[in-house]
Amino acid sequence: MDETRRGFLKTLGLGALGAGAAIPILEVLRPGSGEALAQVTGAAATKSGARATGRQLAMVVDVEKCLRDDVRKACVEACDRTHNIPSIPDPKQIIEWTWSDPFGDVFADQINEHTAETARQAPVLLMCNHCTDPPCIRVCPTGATWKRAKDGIVMMDMHRCIGCRYCMAACPFGARSFNWRDPRPYVQHDANGKLLSDFPTRTKGVVEKCDFCAERVDVGSQPACVEAANQVPGGEGALVFGDINDPDSDVSRILGERMAMVRRVSLGTGPNVYYLVPDALPALAAGVEVEGEA
Amino acid sequence: MIQNFFRGGRRYWTLMALWVVLIVIGLFAYDRQWHLGLSVTGMSRDVSWGLYIAQFTFMVGVAASAVMVVLPFYLHDYKAFAKTVILGEFLAVSSVIVCMTFVFVDMGQPRRVMNVLLHPQFHSVMFWDFMSLFGYLLLNIVIGSMAIEAERKGTPPPHWVHPLIYLSIPWAVSIHTVTGFLYAGLASRPFWMSAILAPRFLASAFAAGPSLLIVLALGVRRWGGFDVGRQAIRTLGTIVTYAMAVNVFFVLLEVFTALYSGIPHDRQTLTYLYVGMDGRAALTPWMWAGDILAVVSLVGLLVPRIRHQERWLVPLCAGVFASLWIDKGLALVVAGFIPSPLEVVTQYAPTATEIAISVGVYAVGALVLTMLYKLVLNVREKTQLA
Repeated sequence: MDETRRGFLKTLGLGALGAGAAIPILEVLRPGSGEALAQVTGAAATKSGARATGRQLAMVVDVEKCLRDDVRKACVEACDRTHNIPSIPDPKQIIEWTWSDPFGDVFADQINEHTAETARQAPVLLMCNHCTDPPCIRVCPTGATWKRAKDGIVMMDMHRCIGCRYCMAACPFGARSFNWRDPRPYVQHDANGKLLSDFPTRTKGVVEKCDFCAERVDVGSQPACVEAANQVPGGEGALVFGDINDPDSDVSRILGERMAMVRRVSLGTGPNVYYLVPDALPALAAGVEVEGEA
Repeated sequence: MIQNFFRGGRRYWTLMALWVVLIVIGLFAYDRQWHLGLSVTGMSRDVSWGLYIAQFTFMVGVAASAVMVVLPFYLHDYKAFAKTVILGEFLAVSSVIVCMTFVFVDMGQPRRVMNVLLHPQFHSVMFWDFMSLFGYLLLNIVIGSMAIEAERKGTPPPHWVHPLIYLSIPWAVSIHTVTGFLYAGLASRPFWMSAILAPRFLASAFAAGPSLLIVLALGVRRWGGFDVGRQAIRTLGTIVTYAMAVNVFFVLLEVFTALYSGIPHDRQTLTYLYVGMDGRAALTPWMWAGDILAVVSLVGLLVPRIRHQERWLVPLCAGVFASLWIDKGLALVVAGFIPSPLEVVTQYAPTATEIAISVGVYAVGALVLTMLYKLVLNVREKTQLA
């Protein structure tokens, strides 16, 4: 063995040793990065290597079925009712957990200059992506947003949030809303003056977002939007929900059979809301016509 | 010691009264925000940070810039800064107070501020920013008060302060680096996600801070009868020149990378800033005014014969300061949100309430600074008489 080679191996060995020491530190500063370093250097992987094996709830959105206004409307209304979401008149200070935006803006990186205008304008249903490696959680200074260990839902503690809005800056999907004002006067009530659900209303000055209906999931129900879509004739299966890490789940089966897109895949956050895109673009265009007629 | 804050002439008290009036106006505005929430600001779902966080970012730079007088004086024994160094340290103290107050007024739930310490998150850059700013404040309070105490007694500062002084040098660099990391680590905002953001922050800080210090030192000489010396002003002028040149260079590097690569996300924000997007161009006049001011000031500073004349140096420093304020205190933070992740151009303009609160926060800093500088003047006056 010549000197250079020995020196090189020695350096490599020291490097691995250094990485071994650096991994736990990196894991604290930036969860997930230690794992990446371990892969590069061949050092022992940390406990975070187990992260991918737990449950991770995911949503599959059938873009074609959700082109229908009545389907999307049912989803958004069910969400608003279930979570006592206020209807703020000022569009700049609106609170939205689920909403629609044009296909061309949602998948700006994944269309091309010849994509038909009708397809660009086609509405797509949006919500929090419950990312596998969520940047919002990384930046939060108080742990007010975290990833639920048992099923990967990105949760929000509105009692701990200090309202710094760093998570809103960090979210690449615009999924987070801030209570610029007291939301309670804008929450819908029934004829008896009672709230539509017992989901706690929020105070001013905190951030909120879609929670995949964690409270319903806990009692074995499907998220409100999924249930609502299934009840609209023709909307059955527009949204499918389940554990993406379970190979036998509906979501895994669908993704194994059909081509699906996620938003801004190159950023590496690992979104868990998947979009089934129709094979032919005219299908998207048809949705715009449906909307025009409605 | 305390009585030194209260020994002052009519000019001192007039100035103090002015700050108090501005603070009271700011408090009334903040009371409105406290009750109605941040809805009284111009911020929105798309542009969720505005004037407050931008001022915080800008003033972290001014605070960090004290290192430009501390380092030459303590590490290189540069005697010409002997009288300037305390002015720099006290400018840092008041600037950090301004920074922390801006973060506080930006919070949706200010009563929960202690959650940052009760539930510390080591993976959040904001946690480290809190820590570094608070540490820097403590360091400068201790170093500054030991220096002034030593001067009052006519003795050198105690030995135990020296390690703190050396520590304050990298610490100053760290506060602005960490503030840069607040932005540069966000994949969601291509305009901020640049490795050169932190160095650029430092360069602009080392131009803006000493510019302000020159103007303050000349003001203290004129109205306070305390002269830091011609050489100190000259050297500060040179520091401003170099730092501004480096800053302009760094900005041009950003522009090159964005425009030459042609990647839409990197180009879009620059397009919004310099020509407008979708017919919206609220920041465009500011950007051009700021850039023209930056170039004119830099050219003036680069000519020693102009820079060395105080009647030119003051407007040139004002130009540097104003252009950097536009760049960092106005455009940088807001433009990072434009266009939104969903390609929407939502503009931002601060409301009157927001401006009143911001002016009030600056007045808090000005009040602290006026008192601390008065303390310096009173102590010097006494030691000179003795």
